[in-house]
Amino acid sequence: MLIGLFNNWIVVMLMMIGLYIVIAHGNLIKKIVGLTLFQTSVFIFYISMAKVVGGTAPILADDIIQYSNPLPHALILTAIVVAIATTALALSLVIRIKAAYGSIEEEEIQRQDNQIQADKKERKQA
Amino acid sequence: MIDIVLLTLLLAVAIAIIRMKDLFAVVMLSGIYGLLSASFFVAMDAVDVAFTEAAVGAGISTLLMLVVITMTGRSENTTRHKPFPALLLVVITGCLLIYGTLDMPYFGSADAPVHSHVAPRYINDSMQEIGIPNIVTSILASYRAFDTFGELVVIFTAGIGVLALLSSVRRPDNGDKIVCINYSMHEQHLVVRIVTKMLLPFILLFALYVQFHGDFGPGGGFQAGVIFAAAIILYAMLFGLSTARIVINQPFIQLISATGVLLYGCVGLVSLLNGGNFFDYNFLSNDAITGQHLGIFLIEWAVGCTVASVIIIIFFNFADYRERQQSNENEHNQESP
Repeated sequence: MLIGLFNNWIVVMLMMIGLYIVIAHGNLIKKIVGLTLFQTSVFIFYISMAKVVGGTAPILADDIIQYSNPLPHALILTAIVVAIATTALALSLVIRIKAAYGSIEEEEIQRQDNQIQADKKERKQA
Repeated sequence: MIDIVLLTLLLAVAIAIIRMKDLFAVVMLSGIYGLLSASFFVAMDAVDVAFTEAAVGAGISTLLMLVVITMTGRSENTTRHKPFPALLLVVITGCLLIYGTLDMPYFGSADAPVHSHVAPRYINDSMQEIGIPNIVTSILASYRAFDTFGELVVIFTAGIGVLALLSSVRRPDNGDKIVCINYSMHEQHLVVRIVTKMLLPFILLFALYVQFHGDFGPGGGFQAGVIFAAAIILYAMLFGLSTARIVINQPFIQLISATGVLLYGCVGLVSLLNGGNFFDYNFLSNDAITGQHLGIFLIEWAVGCTVASVIIIIFFNFADYRERQQSNENEHNQESP
């Protein structure tokens, strides 16, 4: 059982490490790295599901009987490239946030937002 | 056995990523993480996936994050946001997930449910139906072409998003200053520059090989696009953005990225007009297998064009933005004293 489910347990741990970074760290770049960890753990989960013991890579050749499952491979292949595209979009948002707030720390951004809100309220009351 | 070692290393790298405060180290570790997971994918027989992950996870994504760090600063604030509730939440979720894995089929078992639905058809019949040895390419480009179309549109949309967020009309007057900065950089990296100059044609040729050999071995449009873009990015890094901008015309690249998506959609439309379903390549030609070959060739080409040009667009916009920021700072510094 330990060997049989080892991959899944490592995947769960990696996923939770990613989730922890996303929740507990305030730095936006670090959050994106955490998301990448999370994403890659899902890739590892799919690919280790596709493996068949004694199988080979799913490229047809004459004297091979057992292949690993090619379907998860096709799904994850496209997911990886989509992941880099969306990560790039997130990074460009970070760049704009840095330009607008002068910081990429979540708490500093929150503080500035609260400040603006409070100022608005004061002006309304006045 | 090798997979257990690789997974343990992955876990160690992930823990190191949590503990590091220096963002430069964090990004380099995430590159190592990508390379390790690519090695793991090779051990799991997923050669196509490993190829992509090695190019994307270890190469391009590390590079993009490094570019961003040069703009946002490399140290992280030490205070954490509610670490203990977060830890509690994560541990509980993790325990529930591990409980969920207990009745999953064991690793590598041939009778797991995942191997019983459509996968046998892909493995047994794809040679008769599609006629190419690489089953992953058959699935990606023919059986599930509609999925891949959607994913290509997502990539294209992300490219548009980056353009919308970062691009701006260039000011023509600061061109000279940038050339000067780059000139000094060239003097420092003479050896690297000459070696790169020799390597570049081979990298581009390799990208084309991966593009056209994807039917027979690991490879295809996604990998080829990333490798092609990596070659262009390497050139831009060593010879300066302004030189690279002369070689790579930005509006042209933007046109290519849209043309790729258009070509992909048109292949589907042509098969629709010839009387088949959307993306049913059997109707592209009189002979079904020839039609499949033609369809896969065209859509792999479309994917390669869009992926390469979107990644080039993303890199150039990041680097452009940084350059503008630096020249603004320089002007500011000159004015303030």
